[in-house]
This record gives sequence, structure tokens and C-alpha cells, in this order.
Amino acid sequence: MNYLLEARAVEFRYHNGPPVIRGVSVAVPRGKLCALIGSNGCGKSTLVRMFAGLLVPQKGEMYLGGARLSEIPRREAAKQVGYVPQSSQLAFPFTVLEVVLTGRSPYTSRFRFENQLDRGRALQALEAVHAAHLASRRVTELSGGERQIVAVARALAQEPHCLLLDEPSAALDLKHRATLVRTLAAMRDSQNLTALVVTHDLHLIDPVFDHIFALRGGELAAEGKPADVLTDSVLADVYDDPFVRTRRIEGRTMIWSN
Amino acid sequence: MAAIAQPATSARFWRSLAILTLLLALFALLALWAGGRKLDLQALETDPVARVLFFRLRLPRVIMAGLVGSSLAVAGAALQALFRNPLADPATLGVSGGGAVGAALAIAFGWGERVTGVPVVFIMAFGGALAAFLLVHRISRSGSLLLPGALLLAGVVVNLIASAAVLTIQYVTDASRALQILRWIIGSLDVIGFDTIWRMLIFLIPCWLVLFAFARDLHLLAMGEDSAGALGVNVARCEVVVHLVCSLLVGVTVAVGGAIAFVGLIVPHAVRMLFGEDLRIVLPSSLLLGAAFLIAADTVARTLLDPNELPVGAITALLGGPAFLWLLHRRQRYSAL
Repeated sequence: MNYLLEARAVEFRYHNGPPVIRGVSVAVPRGKLCALIGSNGCGKSTLVRMFAGLLVPQKGEMYLGGARLSEIPRREAAKQVGYVPQSSQLAFPFTVLEVVLTGRSPYTSRFRFENQLDRGRALQALEAVHAAHLASRRVTELSGGERQIVAVARALAQEPHCLLLDEPSAALDLKHRATLVRTLAAMRDSQNLTALVVTHDLHLIDPVFDHIFALRGGELAAEGKPADVLTDSVLADVYDDPFVRTRRIEGRTMIWSN
Repeated sequence: MAAIAQPATSARFWRSLAILTLLLALFALLALWAGGRKLDLQALETDPVARVLFFRLRLPRVIMAGLVGSSLAVAGAALQALFRNPLADPATLGVSGGGAVGAALAIAFGWGERVTGVPVVFIMAFGGALAAFLLVHRISRSGSLLLPGALLLAGVVVNLIASAAVLTIQYVTDASRALQILRWIIGSLDVIGFDTIWRMLIFLIPCWLVLFAFARDLHLLAMGEDSAGALGVNVARCEVVVHLVCSLLVGVTVAVGGAIAFVGLIVPHAVRMLFGEDLRIVLPSSLLLGAAFLIAADTVARTLLDPNELPVGAITALLGGPAFLWLLHRRQRYSAL
């Protein structure tokens, strides 16, 4: 199997606190949609931020395309990996197009502005998430969901091989959640896109996602195909909740807690 | 498509530079012309007194106002982006206050000498500004988050401590130096000849250039630390550089002109309203508009009640204070506050 992202026995702690990630090894296969699940505070966001190069593990090593992430220049890594943070609060009223255009910055030099090609790419990225109509709006006037869609468009403008999305659907309505997942699946099929998506939307995973990683208390508790991980016993363990129930309906897995 | 309505960034960049350069030239000419003795080109050729008045007093003063205004404004623009806070500026963050303590100490101890050509007042003001900066930054940072409320509150407290410290220094030092400190606190751009200006330029020009080189990084940082980091910005390096450069800019201008408030706050906002939010446009535009603004304020200060002179710091505060309150009133536009 060809892995694009790998964490090998990584450990991370904030300042002198207890370890948040404890000896986790995860390998994200190229061209697959992967979900990262687990209860609040189990280390999902920390792990994704390590993959984005924002945090450096104290032990173990992160890999991108087989090379050590710490040895890849940041701007080079930014051409390969797009990251969408959990929240994107903005202090200044930038226009949506300005925000998405910053996704082109790994490709433009320090003293150059983006050219027509970059503008085209930014607009394409907005169209891909059905947000072209927002282009000249100010981000401070958008709803939380719209801001999240704009952040996804910025990551797409980077033309990455891989997307890291930290709870992208948290502020999205039903339709936009489904649209986002469909867009990711379409890009996987057409461009061999790899994605690692932190999510609490378990019912969106099956049947679109290829693989699930489940964290519990900073350790990898389970991984595998959706049908194997989204079961009563595994989820009860991952979420430490004996009331979790699952049922497969029309090829999807429905999940709830009694 | 709606997006096409936005002109390309480079077009806006050149347009803003052209307009503001013209404005700066216009204000500079007006400032050179206006005064107790109006500029008379013929007298300049024939009258040695008029020549001295113009070349040793009025021209240096206008240039000084331009340098101080541009440095404060460009530092303000950079700080607002770095802290992702539209209310950040050298004065509100306590950086000017820190610089003032350093400069007051230097004056009180009579350290008029220079270390390898650099006035000790510059060095002390830089040290004070940097210390205030680090303190405020440290207090307002929680992990990867910058708490906007804590940032401004810490700035207020640092300013209070700084003004108390300056008062104490004035109290314990001898009368003539206390008066010197008082005159300096009020802030004036009075300068004789070009010596001080050359000395300032050695520091200011490299600082401006460094900030312009970091304009793209600041543009990305203004949209969030994590997203900037993921786009290839070395956030830690950018923070260190901007801290140092802004401390130097503020230290040098405070050491020379005293604490001139609010230029760093209102000029970047005026630029944003005129030419948009892109930091690659906001930084150089703030430099030009800051120079134009302080030259205009200083011209008002020295001509309004001629032959008496008003402190220029009072003029900028009278304009900037209400502007600050107006921004606070409108802060719902800024979701981070």
C-alpha cells in the first residue's frame, strides 16, 4: 500500500502537561478518504495539526510522501497539503476572494502579487464548493458555515494532493454537509485526492469514506473499513459509552446513543 | 461574475501608491510654505536668514514629521496584523509607554553621549519598547491563541505603569532634567539641521524594508495563525522579526519626538477603508499616509495659534481619540473582539 501521510510512534504534549498523543502510528493511504473519530479532547485536532506541520511531536516522526515532514520546506509542504482549521474567525473584513487567493501563496514569490492564473484557480476552488457567489462578500459578514466553506475553498486553491479537515462540517447545514462529502469523494475519484477528516458526523462516513481511524485518550483505539469500525462494540469502547447503537440501512450506518 | 468586479491586487497597489505619493507631496509642499513666515522663493535666494530658517528649521521639521508619522503608521499596521486586532497600535499596546520609560531614564541620568554614533536615548527607548512588547505579548498569549481582550488590557496596564514610572523619574531627578523630560513627553518635532534625521534614517529605512519583506507573511497571519502556518509561513520567525522591528521603529521615534498617540491606529484604518485589507497594500500605503498625516497635523500645530505652537501629540490625540472610540463602537464588524 502507498501511504501519503504517516505518523510513526508519535508522542505530543503541550508545554509540560500530560501527553495528548501517546505513541500513535497512523498511515493514511494515497487517494483515500479517511475519517478521524473519537470523543472530545482525545487528540484528534492535535494529530491533524501535527500532519499540517503546525505542531512537532516530541517523540516519533511525521512523514509526507515518504520523506520526514520536518525536513520538507514549509512552502513545499503547503503545495502538497491543505489544512482547514476547526474555526476560522477573522478579525478584518477581507473579501472572500482575498482569503481564497492566499491559498495560492505557496506558488507566488514574496514580492509578487497573484496573477490571472491564480485568480482563475481561486475562483475554480470557490466553484468546486458551490461558493462562487460569495467571492466579493466580506468574510466578517458571512455565517459560520459559509466561512468554513471559504476555508475549504482556500485549501483547494493550494491544489494539494491531500486535505486535512478539522471538523469541516461542524457549522454546516444538512445539505452543505452532504455536498462537502460528495465534493471530496468526487475529487478522490477524479484527482486521486487524499483526505483526513476529523468528524463527529459518524453517519456521513459510511459509505463514502474508505477508512476510519479512532482515537481514545491519545491512543489509536481502532482502525479499518467503516463497516468494521462503526459497530456497537468498537464505538462503545472509542466513546466510552455503552449506550451507542448502530444499524445498517440502505448501505449506510446509522448511529445514535440511547 | 461578481468576483471580476474586484480589481487585481497589483492594480490596487499601484493606484494606492500613486494617490498617496501625490497627497504626501501636496501636504509636504503646503507644510514647507505655511508658517509664521510664509515661504518666499525670492527671499530664499537672496536672504541668508531666510535660507537658514528654511533649510535648518522648516525643511528638517517637515521631514522629521514625515519620518515619525510613517514609522508609527507602518508599525501600527504591522501590529494590527500580527496580533489580529484592529485596535492594536504602539500606544494601545504599551510599546510607546515602554519606550518612554527608557528614554526618560536616559535623559534623567544625563546619558547624552553616543555608543558608536548611536544616541543612548535611542537604545534605551528601544529596550523599553521591546520589554513592554514582550510583556504584553506573553500575557495575552494562551497556547496558540491570542486573547484580544487580555492584549488590550495588558497594554493599558503597561501604559499606566509606564506613565507612573516616568512621573517618578521626573520627581527624583533634578529640575532642569525634569523639565527636559516634560517637554519631551509632550512631544515635539522641533529639530535643527539634519544630524538627527540622518541618524534616524539609518535605523528606520532598514526597518521599513524588513516590514515590506514580511508583508505577505503578515497578510496571511492577519487571517489566522494556523492557516498562515499551513500555507508555509514561519510564524515564530515572523513574530520575532516584527517584534524587534516595531520596537526599533517605535523606540527611535519616541526617543526623538516623544509619545505621539494614535497615528499608528487611525492611519492603517484609513488606508484599509480606502484601498482594502491586503497587507501588501496596507503597509506601504500606511507609510505614505502616516507621513502625510503627521506633516499635516504638525502644520496645524505650528500655524493654528501662531506665534504660539500647540503640541503635535495633542492634535493627533484629539483626532485619534474620537477615531478610536468610533472603532470601538463599530467593533461588531470585527468578530475577533
